Formats: sequence, C-alpha cells, structure tokens
Amino acid sequence: MPRNSIQPAVGPETTAIRLPRKRMSKWELYSRRFRRNRPAVAGLVIFAVLVLFAVVAPLLARYDHIELDFLNLGEPPSGEHWLGTTSAGNDTFAQVAIGLQRSLMIAVAVSVGTTVISAVVGTAAAYFSGMFERLTLLLIHFLMVVPTFLLLAMFSNDSGGDWRTISLIMILIGWFFPARVIWTMALSLREREYVHAARYMGVPGMKIVLRHMLPNIGSLLVINFTLGVVAAVMIETGLSFLGFGVKIPDVSLGSLIGSGANTITSAPWLFYFPAAALTLLTVSMALVADGLRDAFDPTSAAGGRA
Amino acid sequence: MTNPLLSVRDLKVSFPSETGTVDAVRGISFDLKAGRTLGIVGESGSGKSVTSLAIMGLLDENVRISGSITFDGQELLGKSDKQLSAIRGNGLAMIFQDPLSSLTPVFSIGDQLIEALTVHRKLSKRAAWARAVELLETVGLPNPERRMKSFPHEFSGGMRQRVVIAIAMANKPKLIIADEPTTALDVTIQAQILDLIAKAQSETGAAVIMITHDMGVVAKTADDVLVMYAGKAVEKAPVHELFHRTRMPYSIGLLGAIPRVDKAEKQPLVPVKGNPPLLINLPDACPFASRCPIAIDACHAREPDLVDVGNEKMGEHHAACIRSHEITDGGLIDGRRVFPLPDVAERALAGVPREDRPVTLEVRNMTKTFPLMKGAFLKRKLGEVHAIRGISFDIREGETMAIVGESGCGKTTTLLQIMDLVEQVDGDILIGGTSVADVRGGHAERTLRRDIQIVFQDPMGALDPRMTVADIIAEPLRAIGTKKAESETRVDELMDLVGLDPSHSNRFPSAFSGGQRQRIGIARALATNPKVVVLDEPVSALDVSIQAGVINLLDELKAKLGLSYLFVAHDLSVVRHIADRVAVMYLGAFVEQGSVDEIFEDPQHPYTQALLSAIPIPDPDIERTRERIVLTGDLASATDHIGGCSFASRCQLFKVLPPEDQARCLGEVPPLTGPENHRNACHFR
Repeated sequence: MPRNSIQPAVGPETTAIRLPRKRMSKWELYSRRFRRNRPAVAGLVIFAVLVLFAVVAPLLARYDHIELDFLNLGEPPSGEHWLGTTSAGNDTFAQVAIGLQRSLMIAVAVSVGTTVISAVVGTAAAYFSGMFERLTLLLIHFLMVVPTFLLLAMFSNDSGGDWRTISLIMILIGWFFPARVIWTMALSLREREYVHAARYMGVPGMKIVLRHMLPNIGSLLVINFTLGVVAAVMIETGLSFLGFGVKIPDVSLGSLIGSGANTITSAPWLFYFPAAALTLLTVSMALVADGLRDAFDPTSAAGGRA
Repeated sequence: MTNPLLSVRDLKVSFPSETGTVDAVRGISFDLKAGRTLGIVGESGSGKSVTSLAIMGLLDENVRISGSITFDGQELLGKSDKQLSAIRGNGLAMIFQDPLSSLTPVFSIGDQLIEALTVHRKLSKRAAWARAVELLETVGLPNPERRMKSFPHEFSGGMRQRVVIAIAMANKPKLIIADEPTTALDVTIQAQILDLIAKAQSETGAAVIMITHDMGVVAKTADDVLVMYAGKAVEKAPVHELFHRTRMPYSIGLLGAIPRVDKAEKQPLVPVKGNPPLLINLPDACPFASRCPIAIDACHAREPDLVDVGNEKMGEHHAACIRSHEITDGGLIDGRRVFPLPDVAERALAGVPREDRPVTLEVRNMTKTFPLMKGAFLKRKLGEVHAIRGISFDIREGETMAIVGESGCGKTTTLLQIMDLVEQVDGDILIGGTSVADVRGGHAERTLRRDIQIVFQDPMGALDPRMTVADIIAEPLRAIGTKKAESETRVDELMDLVGLDPSHSNRFPSAFSGGQRQRIGIARALATNPKVVVLDEPVSALDVSIQAGVINLLDELKAKLGLSYLFVAHDLSVVRHIADRVAVMYLGAFVEQGSVDEIFEDPQHPYTQALLSAIPIPDPDIERTRERIVLTGDLASATDHIGGCSFASRCQLFKVLPPEDQARCLGEVPPLTGPENHRNACHFR
C-alpha cells in the first residue's frame, strides 16, 4: 500500500488555524446544558445528600433501627432521639436512614434491571425484525394486559417481604413497557445507513445491536433509568404501605409511612419524616431526569443560550 | 430608470447558539427591478436561505436583524407579523425546496389553493374555485377540475412543486422567492419546473430571486448573479459577466469545480481546499483567504469591500477581492490559473484492453418484484411491482460502471440486491467469480463481503456518531478478525490514503465536515482491500467545491489500487466525469448501455437524449441557445403491466411515428440490441 499522501490534506490543519477556539466535546456540551438548568442541579445536590444520609446516618445514629428503647416509647423528637421514637421504642432517625437505604437499593436494582432488559429486547426486536420481532411484540402485548400489581403483591407476600424477591418481581413486571417504547425508537435506527453499512461489512447481528443501536439511544436510556428509579420507589412504597412489601424488622420508606399514617394525630413525626425523605427522593430524581432530557435533546427549547 | 421593486441595504442577521452568536448574514445589499431574476448562489451555510427568510419575515423571534429591506416602497423590517401577513403570499410569494413538506397533507389541493386566494381578497366561493382551476391549468396539471379534490400524497414530487408554484402565483405577486426549487427533483422534472417558473414570471411580471447552489440553473435562469460566501456577497454581476469575466477567486473556484456534461476530456476537477469558516467571531480578514490559492498578507489585514470592478461597456460588476484587478478573463492571474490543476494519477491498467482484464462483478438477468398486499389481517396479493426486470452487466478490474436514471427507476434496488447477496431465480450475481448462490454460512459470507464494499450517499448518516473515526474504519477489519495492532496501522494507512490526518483518528465524526466524512466512509470501504466498491450517489450530498475533491480522490484511488466501481447517480455530469461505462435505466430495465463517450456523444435512445438535454450547463451562452427536449409527464408506475416499450408514454419520438410503427412500440418489448460498447433498447434507433 503506498504511504504517500495522494492529496494535500484538506481541513484539519487549516481548520486549526482558522478556528483558534477549542471545540466543545459532547460531554462538555451536555454538562454545560445540564448545569444551566438550575432545578436539575438542585435535584442532583438533594439526591447526593440523600444518598450520603442513607450511607452515613446509620453509622452516626446512637441507636440501631431494631433496638428498642423501653425508656422512651412514642416520644417526640429530642436530644436523645433526634427524630423521636415509635410506640415500640424504635429510633425513628435510624429507621428513616435504613428505610431510605432499603428503598434506594430496591429502586436502583429495579431500574438497572428493567433498563438493561428493555433496551436489549427492544433494540434486538427492531433489528432482527421478522418472526423474532412479531413474537417479542406478542409477548409484550400479552404482558401488558396482565394485572401486574396484583401478582407483585401476591409474590412479595409469599416471600415474607424479602427485598431481593420484591426487586426481582418488580424487574419482571416492569421491563416490557419501556421495551415497547425503545422498540419504536430503534425502528428508525434500524434504517440508518451506518447500520446497513455494518451489516454489509459482515458484522454479526447481535454485535450491531450492542455496538451501533444501543449507544445511539443512550440518552433515552439514561432518562429511562432516572425515571425508573422514581417509579420503583413509588411502587415499592405503595406495596409496603398496603402491607405487602418489606416486613418488620426490615423497614423501607413505604412501611414506615404505612405505620406512621395510623398515628398521624398522636405521633405525627412517625409519618412526616419518612414522607419528607420520600418526597425529596422522587422530586430530586424527577428534576434530574428533566434536566438530562433537556441536555441530551438537541431540539430542546434551550433558546440557544450558551 | 424605474425604482427597484426590492431594495436590500446592509442586511445583517445573527442567531444565538451554544458556542456564541452566529453571524449568518453580514451585510448584504442589492436591488431588484420588476421582471428581473436575481440568482443567489453559494454553498450550504453561506446565508442564502437566511437572506430569503429575512425578506419574507419568517425568521424566529430570537434572531437579530438589522439593516433595511424596502419592498414596493414599504420598509419590511420592524413590521409586526400581522402586518407582514398582509404582504406575504400577496405581494411576496415563496417556493420552497421540498415539495413534500410545503403542502399540508390533510387538506386537498383545491382547499389549499382557495385558501391562498381568499385570505388576501374577498372572492365568492365559485369565483375562487374557477380561479383555482385556472391556476392549475396554467401550471400544466392534467384534469385540473378533478385534481382539485386530490390530496398532496396522490401527486408526484414534480406535480406537487407545480401546485406550490400555482399557490405562489395565486395573487399575482410582485416578487417570487424560489429557494432551491428543483434540488429535490429529477433533471427531466427540473427542466419542466424551471420553464414553469419562467412562465409564471412572464405572466405575472414578477421579479424572481432564484436561490440555488447549481451554477447550471443560474446560467439558465438568472439576469444578475450574487455569489455569497460566509454571509457576504463576494461578487455581484450580470450573468454573462460573471461566467466569462469572473473576478473573485471563490467564484472562479466554484465554476472550476463543476464537472461538465458537455466536455469529453478527462482532466481532474479543481477542488477548493478547506471548508467555509464558522460564522462566529470572524476576524477582520478576508473569510476566503485561508482557502484561497492567491492569498497574500494584505488579505489577512482587513476584510475587503465589495467594489466596482466593471467597465462602461459591460455594466456593473462588483467583487470583494483586493487582487481582483490582477485577475483576467478565464480565471488567470499573471497568465497562470488561479487554481492550479492537480496532477493526474497514472492508470496502472491503462494499457490493458478491456477484454483481457478479469471480471470483478457480473450480474446476469437480475429481476426483483415486490408483491402489492392489501388488507390488515388477511393479506391478499393485488399485484406486483416490477422493480427490476432482467438486467445484465459486468464490471472488469479498474473500471467504473455507472447506472443513471431518475428516482424510482430501480437503481438503488439493484444495489441492494447485490449487497444483500440475493439469490436470483433465473439469473446470477458473481462477485470475483463466486456466485452468491454458493454462499452458505456466516464464514463464507464474510469472506465474500471482503471483496465488495459500499459507500453511502449521506456522509452524516453512514457513520455511527458515537464511534471514533478509528473504530469506524477498523470495523470491517474487526468483522473479519484482524488483530488489533494490525488494524491500527491499517487505519493510519487508510486515513493517509484518503487525505485525512491520521492523528485525528480518535475524534468523533461530528468533528469533521461533510467532505471529510465522505472520505472516512471511503476509507472504511477500502479497509478490507475490496475488488469492487459500490458507490451509492457518493457526492450528491456534498457542496460543489467539496464534491470535486472527493471525485478526484475516487479517480486516483481507482488508478492506484485497480478498483472497480459500481457507481449509481442521477447527476449525469458527475457520471460523465468518472465513469468508463454507462447504463441508462428506465423503469427497472436498461434502455441504453455502453461506453461513456459513445453514449454522451451519440445518445440513441429517446430517453437518454431527453435526459442529456435536460441538464443545465454552467455557461449562459451555451445554455440559453441550445435545443432542448422537454419530456412531458412523470415516470410511469412500475405496477402497470406494460406490454410494449415502457417509455412510449413519454417518448418524443413515439409522437412523430406513423401509426403502424406506434403499434409496434406498444405491442412489442424492445430488446437491448447493438454492438458491445453501445447497445440500446429502441425499435427505431
């Protein structure tokens, strides 16, 4: 192969001279657009604080969340028990911290699981088309009419409230809605010339899905993930509130709110503190998701402001 | 002297963006008198469309506009949207580029025409209807009464553009702005539409602003020409002046970069190196200086003004170049060319006659039919679309075979059949001697795919935006299991070969311009050392100055590496420049096939003749005096069962034949006959 340049290089050198400005990398651009969105940045900060709280607070707390303090039953917040105690003598501060930790673990596990499954199934169905696509869609449409919340309640009750079982069931009933959305998105990707090009190069099908299709819906997946966290927290909370979720002595935000709701007039701190943690968690994630969507979307109404 | 109809003074438009304020138009002034046509030419991003949108008052609210636009004695800038609405569509009319999206799909053609008529003046329903029918008749739609109730999707692209023109003409506007009105259309339709715009102009006496990137269209239609570069006018002159006494290096470059359909000798095209500048914080220097071969230090000192360089005899001629007085006719400076001709690569196979070279790709009797289905649940077959009806050709080593034809003729389907390695029912595809029918299993397929690679039309869409250039070029190598270190050296080698700097291999495609991206696509296609490269309209998405560089690159690579190209294009000028052999395709069959010079010098089939005569030539003297065969109608539907010659419905020869010969055209399919290097499918040629 001859190594001499067959044409004087066009562009790059002259480009560098003509354009002394630095070129913004993609991530630089995204982070710049994200940072411009004040509520989203606030959401990110709140989320970080919540995570920090869930990790660090149990280490700082004077009492364990299972430990019962029989000298302080149903006490309001004090120097001894920062967020008060339950009627059984549990420290609410420790319970909220552990409950938040548990809720976050469930939420992240479920969101990762559903996002991965839905992304792979959705894009593969779009790429391979034909019989595979039709069967996948048939399965998805069938699952859509199954009363999933009922199933979830039954299974989680059966398992005795083990958070790992709950997460697994939530993944199994949560993947197909996003999968269908991703399938429609991937349909247009399938017709892109770089996908054709890869096929004409002899690249195997699954590799094309993983290398060309998935990265190009990456922004959608990131947003799906953040919104998935919100949804998972909500579903888990709903389950626990109804008494089908995490069981004592393990606690989650939902079970705390559920038991706290019974004593809202006599001991309001048992309801308001976990409720505040839940609200902060979902609102912050929603703000982050909104900010990410604007940052990734080239057509968003950023008004061209830099 | 009459007052100008439209007078634009020092128009400036700037957009806010992520990286800073984009100065899209940086001070444009021109006058336009009634009945005259002003051609605005320039590459994408030069500010032509923004200028027209500013005149129409259709720019966004966050756009800053300054200067003055006086139309018919009224200042347009500063008017509210409501005030402008009274003028738009009434005094001012616009014809957009894309006829697919400029008509509302949910209203019938008649409704849209009547709306355009009644919004500006009181008309009874009946009068509006009558006027609408009359307009459709003027623009040459057959059966206007019936067509009034049709919806846009029932029309072809050319028909839709006719309707758009009818709407533009509806209120007898004084100024028609045509923004690339024919870019999305085929050449034969383009010729019809340009004639129609000229007719609309002569009937309404309107002034026309013709915005285009095609120098041929300018040569055909314009009285005066404004060449735009980086948001400014760099040359302004009457059309003959501009083409024959060009004074600004950029205009000279644009003219030199165009392949000519009427020139046989194959000298390389002259590309304009580099890319247009980004219009953010431009320094006070000539914006073209970094691409200009005759730039001197003074060019970087300050931006040159548009000054009069004309003489009394030839009228006004403005150019923005400090060396324009040194440039003489024919693009010469001190007796040498402003843009020196690049060297021609010696062909390794030039001396070997065609018969002695190995066949790299052979197609025998390829056919493809698509079934037409109806029904949502139980599908039943209604009929068949005959996309390809039995075509055969072969390509030998170091040879370029071009397939030309209008959109819908089956060019792309042919390529897809080859690239998908589709087994033929009653024919065969042989790549390097291997029949696709013998390919079984993934390994054999990958081995065969090494020999045939493809370059796509759209340089943006063909490269995965989330992969680095090195990964993109290495992908075919990875697919055949090349080691990492080996493929890395190969990537550098390939980037060098196509004229890109290998040190940029870790960048993403978005960091490159259109021409550079197409080079990346070519490098990727060459990675596995293929025997045949399939080129699907490889330059049609590029600007002319960039296009020339890519065409030269393809030429050089063919000469150096002994590649065979299967080239599909609708642009006959490019085909004439690059191809050795040509096949003209019409409704899924070849109507004429042979060596490029034979076909362009002596076209025999009436369709080829019409196609060639429809191409505008970038020279106003030749363009305005030559005889033209204008085809009537559109491409027939491929679903119709055609017993005889498929072209008979549009054929200009058919119309002058005696009835008994006409019967033969309609009743007997003409075979492809004649000697090896020039065959045609017409009974009477």
